[in-house]
Amino acid sequence: MKGEMKKRQPNEFLMQGNEAVVEGALVAGCRFFAGYPITPATEISEVMSVKLPRVDGTFIQMEDEIASMGAIIGASLAGIKSMTATSGPGFSLMQENLGFACMAEVPCVVVDVMRGGPSTGIPTYPSQGDVMQARWGTHGDHPIIVLAPSTVKECFDLTVKAFNFSEKYRTPVIIVFDEVVGHMREKVVLPRPEEVEVIDRIKPTMPPEWYIPYEDTPQGVPPMASFGSGYRFHVTGLTHDIRGFPTLRPDEVGPFMDRIHRKITLGLPEIQMGDFFELEDADIAVIAYGSVARSAKRAVMDAREKGIKVGLLKLMTLWPFMRAAIEKVIQRTKVLIIPEINMGQISREVKRVNEGKAMVNTINRVDGLMITPGQISRKIREVS
Amino acid sequence: MPEVTKLIYKYLRHDKKFPHVWCPGCGTGIVLGSLIRAIDRTEYEKDDIVLVSGIGCSGRMPVYVDFNTLHTTHGRALTFATGIKLANPNLNVIVVMGDGDAIAIGGNHFIHAARRNIDLTAIIVNNSIYGMTGGQYSPTTPYGMSATTAPYIHIEQEFKISELAVTAGAVFVGRGTVYHAKLLDSLIEKAILKKGFGVVEVISHCHVQYGKQNRLGSAVDMMKWQRDNAVTVQGAKRMKPEELEGKIIIGVLVDKELPIFQDEYDKVRERAKEQTTSTA
Repeated sequence: MKGEMKKRQPNEFLMQGNEAVVEGALVAGCRFFAGYPITPATEISEVMSVKLPRVDGTFIQMEDEIASMGAIIGASLAGIKSMTATSGPGFSLMQENLGFACMAEVPCVVVDVMRGGPSTGIPTYPSQGDVMQARWGTHGDHPIIVLAPSTVKECFDLTVKAFNFSEKYRTPVIIVFDEVVGHMREKVVLPRPEEVEVIDRIKPTMPPEWYIPYEDTPQGVPPMASFGSGYRFHVTGLTHDIRGFPTLRPDEVGPFMDRIHRKITLGLPEIQMGDFFELEDADIAVIAYGSVARSAKRAVMDAREKGIKVGLLKLMTLWPFMRAAIEKVIQRTKVLIIPEINMGQISREVKRVNEGKAMVNTINRVDGLMITPGQISRKIREVS
Repeated sequence: MPEVTKLIYKYLRHDKKFPHVWCPGCGTGIVLGSLIRAIDRTEYEKDDIVLVSGIGCSGRMPVYVDFNTLHTTHGRALTFATGIKLANPNLNVIVVMGDGDAIAIGGNHFIHAARRNIDLTAIIVNNSIYGMTGGQYSPTTPYGMSATTAPYIHIEQEFKISELAVTAGAVFVGRGTVYHAKLLDSLIEKAILKKGFGVVEVISHCHVQYGKQNRLGSAVDMMKWQRDNAVTVQGAKRMKPEELEGKIIIGVLVDKELPIFQDEYDKVRERAKEQTTSTA
């Protein structure tokens, strides 16, 4: 049938990972964005500045990333879902107030489109060098959730998840992906907004005089009142008691620290997301995330055609580290291959879980280029 | 019941453990008193007030008062306040900072907040020193004074906070002292009622750190210095520049009108929606 073009569905788009993040955020209910221009994350700010005012949201370009992070925490305290986006240098500046959000349990979402580092590094080339910074960048013991999409569709889906987790667990959620994922254009079919599950924070229902803002609950997540809703309470970055007032008492500090960690641990079954591909009978397992997971999938499919029993565990949650899933993979396979666009950040965690059981091979690339299917294929042949 | 008892009962938190952290004789408590009286005069509801602070002696102010209160990170109070105000423009957001907080670590946020003209009120308690950490020199420590980190005399020039605010574009700038408490009440009230970014600089004293290191006497002595060296804006107009050397000019320094961020952003929303409908 000559010249017949496939008709585009209404929800079918060709878009970048960065653009899909915006779509996901808007569907999840994000109505406030504060940011500062930085390559390769700037498209997120630009598209937000176009779309947020159309839905009565607010976009503001702040004086730096410290201010951006402060502004999104402020907006969230006033009851509005909020987000910022940046890359390595800006992510470094955000660490201070990111810790505040962990301490004061303020939901918000931070996107870090990873470029080559350290310092100013290579702004336009991909990297996965911020994986450990996303976990431990802000000082002090703190729980954190870090998600890592590898496709444009996942940029949409995981941004929605990020908002849902941040609201449900009252925590900042970080989304990290390398420049390849951020700038790559793919066809995506986005769900209609009504098909997307959106979770909002639990608000107090008791009268204001009964409200104790940081009181423990079975899930460890206290209801969160918005400023201006009649529940006047205190929020501080100091370690606080259940009323939110600064405390130095060990019998109050200890339970607080326990609770903010317990609330995330209780959520692990839903927070930890991965994709098990061809792993049932695999002797070799590749563990990858971000754009590298795409190269790995190609390499696994090619190797399978040649009869090599290899599979892929794609990590979509980087932190809390998916210990249980990795242990399951280690039980079944003898050899692991962990390719990363860094000097070996997730592979160190895998080795920690592995405790010497399986043979761990790494592929590390920090020359500014992405890891190709060919590189992973070669390693698969080497170890098979 | 005397007026002050009513204000204490209405605005101080009953479930907060007192005494407060400030040293006996500190000026910060006087600023808090002024702030409470000013808010009471504006007749805003407690639910509609958000009091935001940074780090330092002034940073502890919000915890004692029965508003929506937020104690942020060092120097960043204005950034949090920006998010709160834009997310809920019905809230009246007041930010209290110290001189180190607002002008050193938070200096960039301060000038940009002034330039941006979001409807916020910034109160800066200027005691010329980092008090809480033990008397290190701040950006407002004058040349030639002593501090624990300037044991051989301070060699930098000081920032003039109000003049900085004027230059950065704040639509309301007032300066007072903790000695002139009634003037301070009215300056804070005016700044709160002003639409746009209002600044009140309060010259205060830290007799425990700054005063002791520079042999300036007790809290009372330092307040007498404020009394003897303050010149009103009107009085200053009649004085020569050399006569004004070392004086504190108090009163309303600037009161002008500029477009307010929220109003302008409402127009942005309208334009954005028009463009959606025209391209659809």
